[in-house]
Amino acid sequence: MKANNNIWLNLDWATVLLYLSLVILGWINIYAAVYSEEHQSILDMGQKYGKQLIWIIAGIVLAIMVLFVDSKFYSAFAYHIYAVTIVLLISVLFVGKEINGARAWFEFGNIALQPAELGKFATNLALAKCISQYEFKLQKFRSYIVLLALTGLPALLIIMQNDTGSALVFAVFVFVFYREGLNGMVLFWGFAAAALFILSLVLDQFKLLLFLLTISVGAYGVLRQSLKETLIGYLGIIGIFGVIWLGNTILDLGGAPLELLVTTTGITAILVIIYGILKRIGEVWRILLFFIFAICISMSVNYFYKNVMAPHQRDRIDQVLGIKIDKLGKGYNVNQSKIAIGSGGFIGKGFLKGTQTKYNFVPEQSTDFIFCTVGEEWGFLGSTVVLGLFLLILTRIITLAERQRSQFSRVYGYGVACILFFHIAINISMTIGIAPVIGIPLPFFSYGGSSLWAFTILLFIFLRLDASRTENIR
Amino acid sequence: MDVFSKRKYLVIGLFSLTFVIIVLRLFYIQVLDSSYKISAASNVLRREVNYPARGVIYDRNGKLMVFNQAAYDVLITPREMKSFDTLAFCQIVGVEKEELVNEIIKAKNYSRFKPSPVIKQLSSQTYAVLQEQLFKYPGFYIQARTLRQYPTKIAAHVLGYVGEVDQKAIDANHYYENGDYIGRSGIERAYEDELKGVKGISYKMVDVHQMVKGSFELGRLDTAAVIGKNLISTLNADLQAYGERLLSGKVGSIVAIEPSTGEILILASSPTFDPGLFVGRERSKNYAKLLNDPNKPMLNRAITSSYPPGSTFKLANALIGLQDGVLQSVRYSCSGPGSTPIKCTHNHETPLGLASAIRESCNSFFWQAFRSEINHFSNSAEGLEAFRNSLLEMGLGKKIGGDLYAETSGSVPSVSYYDKIYGHGGWNSMTIRSLSIGQGELLVTPLQLSNLVSLIANRGYYIDPHLVRSIQNYDGTQDSLQFDKHTIMAGIENYEMIADGMEQVVEIGTARSSAKVDSVTICGKTGTIQNPHGEPHSAFVAFAPKINPKIAIAVYIENGVVGARYAAPIASLIIEKYIKGRISPSRQHFEDAMVNSDLISTMKIETGD
Repeated sequence: MKANNNIWLNLDWATVLLYLSLVILGWINIYAAVYSEEHQSILDMGQKYGKQLIWIIAGIVLAIMVLFVDSKFYSAFAYHIYAVTIVLLISVLFVGKEINGARAWFEFGNIALQPAELGKFATNLALAKCISQYEFKLQKFRSYIVLLALTGLPALLIIMQNDTGSALVFAVFVFVFYREGLNGMVLFWGFAAAALFILSLVLDQFKLLLFLLTISVGAYGVLRQSLKETLIGYLGIIGIFGVIWLGNTILDLGGAPLELLVTTTGITAILVIIYGILKRIGEVWRILLFFIFAICISMSVNYFYKNVMAPHQRDRIDQVLGIKIDKLGKGYNVNQSKIAIGSGGFIGKGFLKGTQTKYNFVPEQSTDFIFCTVGEEWGFLGSTVVLGLFLLILTRIITLAERQRSQFSRVYGYGVACILFFHIAINISMTIGIAPVIGIPLPFFSYGGSSLWAFTILLFIFLRLDASRTENIR
Repeated sequence: MDVFSKRKYLVIGLFSLTFVIIVLRLFYIQVLDSSYKISAASNVLRREVNYPARGVIYDRNGKLMVFNQAAYDVLITPREMKSFDTLAFCQIVGVEKEELVNEIIKAKNYSRFKPSPVIKQLSSQTYAVLQEQLFKYPGFYIQARTLRQYPTKIAAHVLGYVGEVDQKAIDANHYYENGDYIGRSGIERAYEDELKGVKGISYKMVDVHQMVKGSFELGRLDTAAVIGKNLISTLNADLQAYGERLLSGKVGSIVAIEPSTGEILILASSPTFDPGLFVGRERSKNYAKLLNDPNKPMLNRAITSSYPPGSTFKLANALIGLQDGVLQSVRYSCSGPGSTPIKCTHNHETPLGLASAIRESCNSFFWQAFRSEINHFSNSAEGLEAFRNSLLEMGLGKKIGGDLYAETSGSVPSVSYYDKIYGHGGWNSMTIRSLSIGQGELLVTPLQLSNLVSLIANRGYYIDPHLVRSIQNYDGTQDSLQFDKHTIMAGIENYEMIADGMEQVVEIGTARSSAKVDSVTICGKTGTIQNPHGEPHSAFVAFAPKINPKIAIAVYIENGVVGARYAAPIASLIIEKYIKGRISPSRQHFEDAMVNSDLISTMKIETGD
C-alpha cells in the first residue's frame, strides 16, 4: 500500500491531464470526421468513434496497470522485452496479415495488433538500459555500433514489413543520443546530409556544385577566421571560371556550363592542395574532406532515389518538394487534405460542419489524416491550440526527464518525447504538404487501438518511472 | 547534473522551431490563401438543374400540335468511372463503341470531376432497361429531359424546332448554359421566352462519390423550376394538313389568313418534312439529310422565298390607281396578243374598265394604268416614289409578320435602283413598265400576297399576320396577343370595284374553270409568272366569301405553268373545305389531281417514318 500511495502522490498529474485532454479531443474529432446523420450518438459502438471510446477506456486501464508495476521491472526486463519484440517483429513477417501492402499486423479475431508499435517503446527501454550502464561511454566507437544495432535491428525488420514510415521513427533516437553526449558533429552531419539529400533532388547538378563550392569556401573562411582568404577563394573561383569560360567561347570548344564548372572545381582543388601543402594549413584538408563527402552523398542520393526507393516513396517526396505536381493522381490525398485544412479559415467551420472530411474527400480521415478535421472544423485557432497542447506535453516530458535521478529514466523520458515529437511533426506536416506521406498516426488523436495503446504504454511507463524519480534505477 | 544537461535547450528549441514552422504554414493555407476555400466548395457543392417542360402548342381549335415526352440523357463523371463492359453498355443504349469512347474522352477533357452528357435523348424504354443495370456502371448518371413530340406531323416550318444552345446564344443571354435547349426556328424561336419556362437550380452537398448528402444552406439558394407557358396558335391544324396534302409533289407554298384578325390559318411550304425528325438520337443524321436535299425542304418558302408576283400584282396596281383617282372611270383599249409594248395574253372586249381588266388580266390596261399613276406626279421619280410608298403601305417590300421567324422582306425597286441602271432622269414610266404586271425587279413573298388580298377583303386594312393567338397562363386564362392594324384609305367603293373584278375572275374570267365553288363567292386573281429557268410559276390569290370574308389566301406553285393549273384549284379547294367543310363531289377530281400531281420528278423527299 505504501508504494501505491507514493505513486499517486508522485504521479505527474499535469502530464496525465494533457494526455487525457488530447485523447478526448482526438475522440471528438474522430466523431466529427466520420459523423453521419444516421449514427448521431457518439456512443454508437458500431461506429469508429464508439470503438475509439472502448480503446480509450482500455488504454486508461492499461495505463493504470503500467503504473502498478514496480519501476525496477522496466529496467530489469528491458532487454527481455526488447528480445520478445524482436521475435514478434520477425514472426509477423511470416504469420502477419497484410493490410494496405504492409505485412505488419497480428490478427486475433477482430483485433489487429501491430508489433511495430511495441518496437518503439521496447527499443526505447533497451536504449535506456544500454546507455545507463556504468561502463557505457557514448563517445566510444564501440558504443556507436551498439546503439546503431539496437535501433537498426527493429527498424530493419519494420522496413522488411514494408512499413517504411514506422521505421523512420527510429531515426529520432539520435536526439536522445545527442542529449546523452553524442558528438554534436554527428547531429550536424546528419542534418547536413538531410539538407544535401533534398538539395540534390531539387537543384540541378550545376547549381548543386555551385552551392557546394560556395559553402566550402564559406566554411573554410569560418574555420580560419579570415575574411581575406574567403574573398580570395571566391574571387579565385570566379576568375578561374571566367578564364575557362572565355577560352571555351574563343576556341569554340562547346563545353556545357556544368563541364566548365567541373573543370573549374578541379583546377581550384589542385591549387588548394598545393596551397595547403606549402602553407601547412590543416583546415584545407577538412574542407576538402567535407567537399568530397558532400559530392559523394549527392551522387549516392540520386542513385538511392532512382534505384533503391519504391516508386510510391519517390512520388511522395516529389509531391512534397514540388518536383512533380499531380493534384489528381499521386498528390490527390495531400491536396484534398490541404483543401480541408485550408478551407477551415481562421476560426473553422464549426463542430460537425466540416464537409471535406465528413464527405470523404480526405482519405484516412480518422486515422493518419485526423488533423484535417481539426483544421477544417476548428480553423487556425483550433489547430494552434492542439499544436500548443502537443508542445506543452513534449516540453513537460523533457522537463520531467531532466529531473530524474537515474539516467535510465532520463534516457527513456527523452525517448518518449522524441518519438512523440517525430509522430506529431511528421503527421501534421504531411497533412499540410510539407512532409512526405509516410503513414504514421497522430499520437492520442488518430483512430485505432494499437497506436493509442502503444503511445499510452510508452508515456505511462515514463510517468511510472518519474513517480519513482528519487530511486536509482539501472 | 551531467555535463550535457544544457543540450535540453537545443532539443526543446528544435521541437519549438518545428512547431513554429507548422503554425506559419497553417496560417498561410488557412488564413492567407483563399484558394483552398474555393476548392472545398467545388468539391462539395453540386449544382443541379431541373429542366422545366417546354410549353405545348395548340392549334386555334385546341388541337395539340406539339407536346413533350420524357427523354433521358446519360451523364458521366469521369473520375468515378471504373472499367466496365463497354459492349454490354453499348448494346443497352444502342450506340457504337467508338462513339461512346469518343464522348467519354471529350467528357474527360472537359472535367474529371463534373458530370457531362455522353449519350443524349434515350427513350423511356431504353431508360427502363438501363436504369436496372446502372449499378454496374459507377460514374454514370441519368438526367431527365423533355423532348418535343409532334402528333400531327404537320407544320414543320411553322412550329420550328428546338436544339442545343450554341455559344452565341449563351453569350447573348446568360440564362442559357451548355446543353440547354433553345427554340431554333419558327414559333419555337419566336416564342422562346414564353415556351422555355425557368430552369430550377438547386445546390446539393455531395460526398466524394457524388452521393447527395443534403441541400446547401438549407436550400435557401435553390430556385424552383417553372414550366413553360402554352401557346394557342392561329393555325387551323386540319386546314394546314389539307394544304400540305394538296402541295404534295410540288414546290410551292400556301398562306391563308383570317382577314379580320390577321391570324394565319395555313402557312405551308412544300416540300416539307416530319418535324419529329429533329428529335431524338437520329436528329443530326436527319438534319444533314434535309440540309443536303436539293429541293431544300427546310426552306420555308411561304415567308423566306420571294418571287415576282406576276398578274396577282395587278390588284396592288389597281388599288394605287384608285387611290390616286386615275382609274375610277377610265377605259383603256387593248389589241389582244398584238398589243404593244406589252402583249396581252388573250382576246377580249376593248376598250375596258378596271373590273373587266382584272377579270381578263389585261396587260395593256395595267401598263397604261401604271403610266397614269406615275405620270400623275410631276416627274417619274416622284411618281415611282409615291407608287413604291403605296406598295410598302400595303405590306409589300417589307416584313409584315407580327411574330414570324426568318421572314424576308421581298423587294420593291426604288428610284435610286433605276437611277443606277438608267442614269438619273434616264428612265420613265414606260422604261419600267414591267412593274405594272408584277414582273421584273419586284419580289414578294406568298405571305405578302395573301396579306394584300386580306387588305382587299377587309376593304381597307390589314392586321400584321401572325401565328400565335394567345398565351395560356398557369391559371388557365389566356392573354390574347395584339398586333398592329394598318389602314390603307382608298374608299370602300374602290375596294368594291376590285372585289367585283376578282369575283368575275372566278365566275367568268381566268379561273372560272378551276376555282369556282358552288354557293361560295370567291374573289380571286390568277398569276402566271415568266421564269427564265423553266416552266412559268403558277400563282393564285383569293378571298371568300365576297361579303364578310372568312379567308384570304395566296398559293404559289413553282413551275406550275399557269395560275389556273395548280394554284387556283388548290386555293379554291382550301376555301371550299374551310367554308363548306367538305369538297363537293363535282370538284373531287381537283383534289385528286392536286394530291397526285408530281412536279418534283427528279428528287423524291424521304421524310422517314
